[in-house]
Amino acid sequence: MAGILVYALHDDEGNFNKNSLGAISEAAKLAGEIGGEAAALVVGDVADDACAALGNYGAAKVYRAKSVPEGLAQPIVDAMAKVIQDNGISYALFGGGLLGFEIGAGLTARLGAGVTMEVTEVKVQDGKLVAERPILQDSQIADVGYVGEPGIIIGRLNAFDANETGGSAAVEDVEVELSPWSTKATMVQRGEQRGADVNIEDADILVGGGRGLGAAEGFKLAEELAESMGGAVAATRAVVDAGWYPYAAQIGQTGKTVAPKLYLAAGISGAIQHKVGMQNSENILAINKDPNAPIFEFSDLGVVGDLHKIVPKLTEAIKAKKGG
Amino acid sequence: MKICVLVKEVPDAAVQKRIDPGTMRLDRSGEKNLNPFDTHALEAAMQIKEGGAIPVEEVVAVTMGPDSAVRALHKAVALGADRSVHLSDEALAGSDVCATGYALAKVLESESPDLVLLGQQSDDGECYTIGAVVADHLQMPSLTQVIKIDVTDGKLRCERQAEYGYDTVEVALPAVISVGDAINEPRYPSLKAIMGAKKKPLDAKATGDVGIDAGQVGAEGSKTAVLALNPPPQKEAGEIIEDEDTNETVEKIVAWLDERKLI
Repeated sequence: MAGILVYALHDDEGNFNKNSLGAISEAAKLAGEIGGEAAALVVGDVADDACAALGNYGAAKVYRAKSVPEGLAQPIVDAMAKVIQDNGISYALFGGGLLGFEIGAGLTARLGAGVTMEVTEVKVQDGKLVAERPILQDSQIADVGYVGEPGIIIGRLNAFDANETGGSAAVEDVEVELSPWSTKATMVQRGEQRGADVNIEDADILVGGGRGLGAAEGFKLAEELAESMGGAVAATRAVVDAGWYPYAAQIGQTGKTVAPKLYLAAGISGAIQHKVGMQNSENILAINKDPNAPIFEFSDLGVVGDLHKIVPKLTEAIKAKKGG
Repeated sequence: MKICVLVKEVPDAAVQKRIDPGTMRLDRSGEKNLNPFDTHALEAAMQIKEGGAIPVEEVVAVTMGPDSAVRALHKAVALGADRSVHLSDEALAGSDVCATGYALAKVLESESPDLVLLGQQSDDGECYTIGAVVADHLQMPSLTQVIKIDVTDGKLRCERQAEYGYDTVEVALPAVISVGDAINEPRYPSLKAIMGAKKKPLDAKATGDVGIDAGQVGAEGSKTAVLALNPPPQKEAGEIIEDEDTNETVEKIVAWLDERKLI
């Protein structure tokens, strides 16, 4: 059966990750085209109802490995490898995220399987899946096909949208024997929150601050602007490295990926490492004094000017508008 | 213990990267440099060695790549590695992630390291994955994007940012750890270290020397194939405002935000 298996990541309360739900919807769509079913793998003691509810996103079946712990990749590699082999599954699909990368990579070694990562789209050619992967700072898109089965596809964050289609998945428990090396890493503490408690990944409005803010104190401008719009503040790698803003707010290749309704880039040049973290924002507004800054190539509204003059007045104007 | 650090030669960031249309592979003929992410792995190795929580006999830089990759090894040695190993063979050309991970695991196996460190990604292919591939072949525990390593009681206590916040994970040795660039600030090599780098031992290995099955590497042994290369979809150029009168500019911005129901 040309099935597609998705790893469904969940937090300690049993809430599934939105990138995983997106991957399930994508798998359901693709499975329909290649004549197979989408299935999901859930580890840990997640309730029957919660597992079955993944059917709402398109999973026909949910394999649940109760004894396998969530949060570290290698035990989940054991579980996925078993389910793929026992059921003759053709592809494994991961939504974006750290664990998906690690599990997908581990499966590559375990099953001698081809892998593509940072995938932005998947299409069907001659009944097989072909992954589209941006390369060389997104300057080209490579179409990558697989030699033999299974093929492993690791999506870029937010690449796949979750669609609620209704339905309920059949839940099947699987017993998994862990590899000796899978038990050599143990979680001491999961999901500790540090520093700023704002979750920039869930914010609808983000004001991103870059070197153009001039100094750590410059972030006050970004914070006031964000506050006026009910948004949060994010930062580039350069300013986090410079110690102007906490790491938790960092966007980009080595930080977080965001897709808010509005991303207002203040003094950000728009290097590719930052771009990959925010390019899926619905609206991008950039303020930068350099008319040649790359950010203007992918912003919806570009303002060429001194942010130190513009931002305070913009903050006042927005406050006045909201107040009035 | 022995630490192996996987390093990689990548095109200089300042050089325009291109794909060779004939082979669909990255044209690696440009100026070359040590992958900047790998310098953090080397620095982490040096800090473990200098930290004294566990005796480190040796730090070995290991790479796979064409002849020119020797330059990356010289840089790695200048940054503190005691010696280096260069896996180089025509048979390896065109290896994908699956094949590369297998080949690297074989060369590492021949070194029997207690700890393998690498950078979380490379500057060229942007593969975040190699560490986890290598680890499964070596049957070692593994963790990627680690931003803090403490050695206590012969184990590693690692921290990293994951999907739901910071995770603290205890990892038994031997292990494969890929580090994020927030882990440290790499040192600059001294002039003396740069000058002495070429004198430190460098072992050249071919696939046969480390037991690599030639059928599992190279373009032929790879499990993925690039079928086509296309330009990315062009995003429509946005509107540009030059700020001449700031009050007017702000009015335009507010109108733009308002139109999109963002305020």
